[in-house]
Amino acid sequence: MALDSKIPEGPLSEKWTKHKFNMKLVNPANKRKYKIIVVGTGLAGASASATLAELGYEVEAFSYHESPRRAHSIAAQGGINAAKNYPNDGDSIYRLFYDTIKGGDYRAREANVYRLAEVSNNIIDQCVAQGIPFAREYGGLLDNRSFGGAQVSRTFYARGQTGQQLLLGAYSALIRQMNLGKVKFHNRTDMLDMIIHEGKARGIVTRNLETGEIKAHTADAVILATGGYGNVFFLSTNAMASNVTASWRAHKHGAYFANPCFTQIHPTCIPVASDHQSKLTLMSESLRNDGRVWVPKKKGDDRNPKDIPENERDYYLERLYPSFGNLVPRDVASRRAKEMCDLGHGVGPTKLAVYLDFEDVIERNGKPWVVEKYGNLFDMYKQITGENPYKSPMMIYPAVHYTMGGLWVDYNLMSSLPGLHVLGEANFSDHGANRLGASALMQGLADGYFVIPYTIGDYLATESLKPLSPKDNVCTEAVKNVQNRTKKLLNINGSRTVDDIHKELGKIMWEYVGMAREKSGLETALEKIPKLRKEFWKDVKVPGSANEYNPELEKAARLADFLELGELMARDALEREESCGGHFRVEHQTDENEAKRNDEDFTHVASWEFEAEGKSKLHQDKLTFENVKLTTRSYK
Amino acid sequence: MKVTLQVWRQKNRTTTGDFVSYDVENVSGDMSFFEMLDMLNNSLISEGEDPISFDHDCREGICGTCGVSINGRAHGPLKGVTTCQLHMRSFSDGDVLVVEPWRASAFPVIRDLVVDRTSFDKIMEAGGYVSIKTGGTPDANAIPIPKFDAEEAMDSASCIGCGACVASCKNSSAMLFVGAKVSQFALLPQGKVERKERALNMVATMDDEGFGNCSNTGACEVECPKEISIINIARLNREFFKASFN
Repeated sequence: MALDSKIPEGPLSEKWTKHKFNMKLVNPANKRKYKIIVVGTGLAGASASATLAELGYEVEAFSYHESPRRAHSIAAQGGINAAKNYPNDGDSIYRLFYDTIKGGDYRAREANVYRLAEVSNNIIDQCVAQGIPFAREYGGLLDNRSFGGAQVSRTFYARGQTGQQLLLGAYSALIRQMNLGKVKFHNRTDMLDMIIHEGKARGIVTRNLETGEIKAHTADAVILATGGYGNVFFLSTNAMASNVTASWRAHKHGAYFANPCFTQIHPTCIPVASDHQSKLTLMSESLRNDGRVWVPKKKGDDRNPKDIPENERDYYLERLYPSFGNLVPRDVASRRAKEMCDLGHGVGPTKLAVYLDFEDVIERNGKPWVVEKYGNLFDMYKQITGENPYKSPMMIYPAVHYTMGGLWVDYNLMSSLPGLHVLGEANFSDHGANRLGASALMQGLADGYFVIPYTIGDYLATESLKPLSPKDNVCTEAVKNVQNRTKKLLNINGSRTVDDIHKELGKIMWEYVGMAREKSGLETALEKIPKLRKEFWKDVKVPGSANEYNPELEKAARLADFLELGELMARDALEREESCGGHFRVEHQTDENEAKRNDEDFTHVASWEFEAEGKSKLHQDKLTFENVKLTTRSYK
Repeated sequence: MKVTLQVWRQKNRTTTGDFVSYDVENVSGDMSFFEMLDMLNNSLISEGEDPISFDHDCREGICGTCGVSINGRAHGPLKGVTTCQLHMRSFSDGDVLVVEPWRASAFPVIRDLVVDRTSFDKIMEAGGYVSIKTGGTPDANAIPIPKFDAEEAMDSASCIGCGACVASCKNSSAMLFVGAKVSQFALLPQGKVERKERALNMVATMDDEGFGNCSNTGACEVECPKEISIINIARLNREFFKASFN
């Protein structure tokens, strides 16, 4: 199938406005006749469910959590970008658009990104009206800060808990609709497959996590807002349950997977301490605004950091990038940290860490100032590591944080599977090869509050859909398939636990498909992953039964899909013979070890069609840049 | 180090539960409490036994999914820390830890340490929002809000809805949870429009869901991992009385 991105004609700044006018509307009285399924209740899913219900559609929302408020959007710390230009420092919609395109290393769609920048201001208005307590100045107006890689202060924040406050805002809008009976919410319900009828996405198959009941749900359109797949690495900053299953099931039914290898490795995480580690914790990037990153100049220097004099410290980001300093984008900061450690300058017990030092700012502004701004982050650091960051510098190391890749969508956020719409981190569309800080919250809410409510109406108004009931054959078949797969997992009764195999997959991914990738390593991954997948299906041990609360069974089903996704990520990384953003191919770098793009051959979205397990077909969705000139990113 | 766990095991909502004892060896201080449970679970699975179910997700103290009582204290012995952020260095070699689910009739046990807190969602449904729709909102800076008010509202809004307050209260009261939400909105101009209905409806639902009353012992404040102050309960009382009498 040829991909049509459906980007509207006309000048960049008029595309969305014109498109909104050209799209068909559903008559207000008819909206209640359409049912929409929304999977996921994070920022994108909750905001979409609430808004669609307000418009009059019948919405059914699903989450594997006990409550919509538990979604992992809640953990985002730093902030949300918008082009308000309140600080009067030269920001504009165009600048936010430009920074996002450049930050993504020219691998995102111009039109989508411009729309994102355009609606960014509405998001802030919406959130303030919901009663979200953003940080304010003494005059009572909103405060802004600059954030990872931006030269203007455009980030709105609520202490180090911005994601929490935005999610609780979207959750409040959602529960209001639940209370009005406009949204039916299914908690502890896991989506395990898609239902396709006459080539269109018409429903989902779910498992009730408490009773084990497997059930079909049908609708006129399906929205996936199911987040990213960073947990393929086992260790990541994602929540424990974050997974790729919803997206992967859709992929197997015809939704193309775009740029699967684009992974964001976040530079400021707490380093891995031991083999028992279950997850990694992010220290907000906002810390880089005031903290200074350094390593000892001498290799293997074991002295207490306090005893290392100023002239024996290498503030390598400030040295290499004088104009951006510690605020270079995440991909650059991560790669440089790895490089410093590979060269033997790493610190801490594992030597896989660099210092993030607040001594200067504590001296300059005083401890109370730091407490107000970063108090909760400092407390969290102390709780996890047992060390006091007010007294000695933090130690940080990069960790998997976000996946820019995801299901391919067109300008209307519809996937290549008609009727299936994909929002937030689950789609690929806005961040290119690298996401800038404070852009994920913006994208999730833009998709949910301000894009899908318009575009899904156009789909519903133009399609003629036949009635479909959960009792129809296609649904009962889908239910049977899921039941059989569940049985199969439980019957293997092998010798290895799910975690054990997942950890092995994670190690393969981190070693060969992690921060620096090369041909030979990727080929090794392509050998090892299918082998491990075979072993999983032969030797995994899943305790318990299908009809009870069984977290190991949930984990096993998710790992089965990660074991297929991991292979596709390696294949995609191998295919992309260039370095761009978070995708760094060792073979493709400049003399100064910066990413070297190959615009001639790779200015496209690599969109993979599922053919059979371990077999996928590549489609190139060409990216055209009519407004910005492709340059080499320079943060010197 | 080695610890002995006395864990509440309960198959489902309808069966009765009991404590089962487990010795866990090779525990390191850097492990989180849940990583210690992960380790135990993996060995239980290998031995063909049922692993212990417990609720958890972000493991960074913000999602509110986790929470168990350890030796009678919600989220364990530390102040201002969720169970997922509790590390084994807080315990000593040879310690005996009694691990239980939240105990409250409004939080029925689903399995082992997992409880059902949908009653919290029900309370939120009754008024934990500002009744606006998407779109058509004024510019974000149209209403200045004193920094102090915004900070106080943020203190209240920091609640993660974990239920430790209920589990710690001898009356299983949800007043701290409800007070935090009612306060956040009462402190902000956006929330003032519906403050009366909010206070009345949320309190009524809290009663309907089977939570007890507040008798001002302050246990909730002590055990709250986000250190939400009982000032929020005072505010809730004030909001409720004001709404009731005029």
